[in-house]
Amino acid sequence: MSAPRLSRLVAPAVVLLVLFGLWELVVRAGWVDELLLPAPTQVAQALWEDRSLLAPDLWTTTTEVVLGLAASLVLGVGLAVAMHLVPAVDRALRPLAIGSQAVPIPVVAPLFVLVLGFGLAPKILIIALLCFFPIVVNLSDGLRKSDPDARKLLRSLDASPWQRLRFLDGPSALPAGFSGLKIAAAVAVIGAVLAEWAGSESGLGHILVTANGQLETARAFAATALLIAEAIALYAFFAWLERRVVTWEPKA
Amino acid sequence: MVTEVEAPVLEPSYVNGVALTGVRKTFGDVVALDGVDLRIGADELVAVVGPSGCGKSTLLELVCGLTEADAGSVAAPPAALMPQRDGLLPWLSALDNAALALRVAGTSRAAARAAAHEHFAAFGLDGFEHARPAALSGGMRQRVAFIRTLLAGRPLLCLDEPFASLDALTRAQAQTWLGEALAREPRTVLLVTHDVEEAVLLADRIVLLSPRPGRVVLELAVELPRPRVRTDAAVVALRERALSALGVTE
Repeated sequence: MSAPRLSRLVAPAVVLLVLFGLWELVVRAGWVDELLLPAPTQVAQALWEDRSLLAPDLWTTTTEVVLGLAASLVLGVGLAVAMHLVPAVDRALRPLAIGSQAVPIPVVAPLFVLVLGFGLAPKILIIALLCFFPIVVNLSDGLRKSDPDARKLLRSLDASPWQRLRFLDGPSALPAGFSGLKIAAAVAVIGAVLAEWAGSESGLGHILVTANGQLETARAFAATALLIAEAIALYAFFAWLERRVVTWEPKA
Repeated sequence: MVTEVEAPVLEPSYVNGVALTGVRKTFGDVVALDGVDLRIGADELVAVVGPSGCGKSTLLELVCGLTEADAGSVAAPPAALMPQRDGLLPWLSALDNAALALRVAGTSRAAARAAAHEHFAAFGLDGFEHARPAALSGGMRQRVAFIRTLLAGRPLLCLDEPFASLDALTRAQAQTWLGEALAREPRTVLLVTHDVEEAVLLADRIVLLSPRPGRVVLELAVELPRPRVRTDAAVVALRERALSALGVTE
């Protein structure tokens, strides 16, 4: 890593250290109950000591998140492209897509579990339900915002709708699509937890429920730390992928 | 394209040319063009000059079949449009941008690239085949866009203020290469510009449009030998005549 990139990490590291230091101080001084808020060192200790307990749950949740994101990507891209190519589809489905985001997951999650069981299927469905939305909205906006001059040009060349999508609208919507995907990455982790709360036998959301019940607060925080790390890792992966794919400079 | 069934019978020389008769186009309450007549013969270069907002771009869209006239008739062969700002796609290389019209027409990638590459040397673009538009100068971008327009293989080229965004020196060079290219490959050209001098240097005939609503104020035949020099007395005189017809006095 080059020196400038390393120096960019200094500021967030200092902020984190100060925050953790204050947090540690507050707990050690006895200003809050350790059962409500364990100190960072206790969370770190739980992460290490419960690692054989947490690892399979991390694996379960990661599987759900990755499959859920893949499903939302297929659904989101398919829907955005259909809405772009056929205005009637846009008019018909946009209110439904927006409405789907107002449905509280705790209301529908038990229903999904009842119908689909305790396995992977209801988790993927819930994550996809939450994550397709930022992908659809960002991508369909991106598809509409291609360069008007280039659009005119392709029309004058009698390009088919599919050619317009392939040569112009699709590539020009990629940065917006990646923005949606990065938002979805953060939301997917929450979706997995909500899905696991509704009924599951393993996963980080499952461990949150059981650890809270057993007053193992440090373990619950350790699971939360893993969820945060997972969201950041997914975000970083999509940001990296975007840099690899979108190699051109945005038009001045 | 004919927008009216009883289109006027065209004089023979306009069969591969353009004939606009009494064309009117409105956008809501705004009359963009009102009773415009325009003829362009085969292999003729006609420059349409007028102030901003006189409906020049609308005229091009009508000729390219991108929009329909409210009244009057438009007869034109298939046209290739070169939009005002080059319309190059930032994710494609110069070569792939130049080959775009062929790709859209269904030519394979390799064949389209080969056809585009044949023009690169003549336009001074050798060595820039794989550069993205952002890495090209303004003048080079216009040349890539012009190759793309040529390769559309249409009898009529519609150039929408192609050099308006260039600095004066680059524009002078661009006018030179455009003149040379058309000498090599004659086409029917409709050049829309707000630059009277550019029109005098390049066109066979100049059509002056009034401010909105656009009407033809004057037609000037430019019967001067090529290549023309901007300091030549006849060029200067014609430029002054056009400017005064547009109400500009120096």
